[in-house]
Amino acid sequence: MQFNFDSTEPLYLQVAEQIEEAIFLNSFEEGAQVPSTTEISKQFHINPATVLKGMNILVTAGFLEKKRGLGMFVSTGAHRKIRDKRQTEFYQDYVINLVNEAQKLTLSEQAIIEMVKRGFEAHETD
Amino acid sequence: MKPIKVAHLVKQFNKNRVLDDISLNIQPDTIYGLLGRNGAGKSTLFNIITNRIPMSAGEVTIEGEPIANNDRVLNRIYLMSEGNLYPSRMRVGEIFKLTAGLYQGMDLELVSNLTQQFGLDVKTRFNKLSTGYRSILKLIIALSVDVDYVFLDEPTLGLDANHRELFYDALLDSYAKRPRTFVISTHLIEEIANLIEQVWVLQNGHITINESTEEMLQKGYAITGPTEDVVAYTAGLNVIGQDQLGNLRVNYVYGELVGDRAIPDTVSVSHIDLQKLFVNLTSQEVATVEN
Repeated sequence: MQFNFDSTEPLYLQVAEQIEEAIFLNSFEEGAQVPSTTEISKQFHINPATVLKGMNILVTAGFLEKKRGLGMFVSTGAHRKIRDKRQTEFYQDYVINLVNEAQKLTLSEQAIIEMVKRGFEAHETD
Repeated sequence: MKPIKVAHLVKQFNKNRVLDDISLNIQPDTIYGLLGRNGAGKSTLFNIITNRIPMSAGEVTIEGEPIANNDRVLNRIYLMSEGNLYPSRMRVGEIFKLTAGLYQGMDLELVSNLTQQFGLDVKTRFNKLSTGYRSILKLIIALSVDVDYVFLDEPTLGLDANHRELFYDALLDSYAKRPRTFVISTHLIEEIANLIEQVWVLQNGHITINESTEEMLQKGYAITGPTEDVVAYTAGLNVIGQDQLGNLRVNYVYGELVGDRAIPDTVSVSHIDLQKLFVNLTSQEVATVEN
């Protein structure tokens, strides 16, 4: 697990995002235990209350579940839920930015569509 | 343990008012960062709260009772200070024994583990220790005494990067095992930025900021773009500093942005880290809003 933190948004959100990413990439598999608040706190020198706040976001989202006395575990179906969530956010997170930048660069809609096609083709021939 | 309440505390050295009307609530089980420039009065504040030196006015109480009269409460508070309080010829091991006698319930196993991890030789005499190892000795004691409030004045003074990492590990490990309050004063702001829950900024004798780290960081912005656009966008905002590179301007803002003011395409808005925020807030130069 590699964590990168910066000052762009609240730390607890970054903690949540990084753990979510680790689940999405199967670094933490479904049903497996995730590191404890204390472990994450110690490893990255983050206040345990901040780590807990981040983890609780993932509990609320249904990606993690608490097992009393045992710790936090990746929920069954978490991977799929994260993918669904990211598909929903894809338009807002990527397409809107893409269109904004394209307009600044005076790239036409058609030019962007061509580029997207080219990107898919290049990926297929990889 | 109940909160420590500092109310209207004043400290005057001759005609010099070092601390002026300081009021703070120090909550149990919380990690605080006390930030201030050199000479801001951080050590003086610690020394007064822990009853090492008298205050000129005000009070420090716990459950309404002054701390100074209460040995039971004073035994629950520990100050790791810059001062060297130990007899210079005393050996490290003897200092540990002396402290264990003064503070009931000191965690001797932790003392022994940390001594080993830091590579501190218990046979060395105090006056033969380097600055770094003096700090290490003092912080081992600070982490091992059984108290509810620990004040750490420059705990990492003279420590190399590896030993500072080891200290932050030990601090968070100890805090997880036995939650208690730590108040840390340091100039290495970025190293503690993520581990402190609450920030106090001490400036010109006053506490000018008393906020959760999260809220404070949310209020700090860098507005970057062409000078005229940045100046127009930040007009009337709390501009605390600026950088200029040719016509490229960065205005640092602390506080709310104007929600209904459109951000020009040429201007970018981002957050800044705690150190940058602190430097701008406490810089002596008066921030000018105009060019």
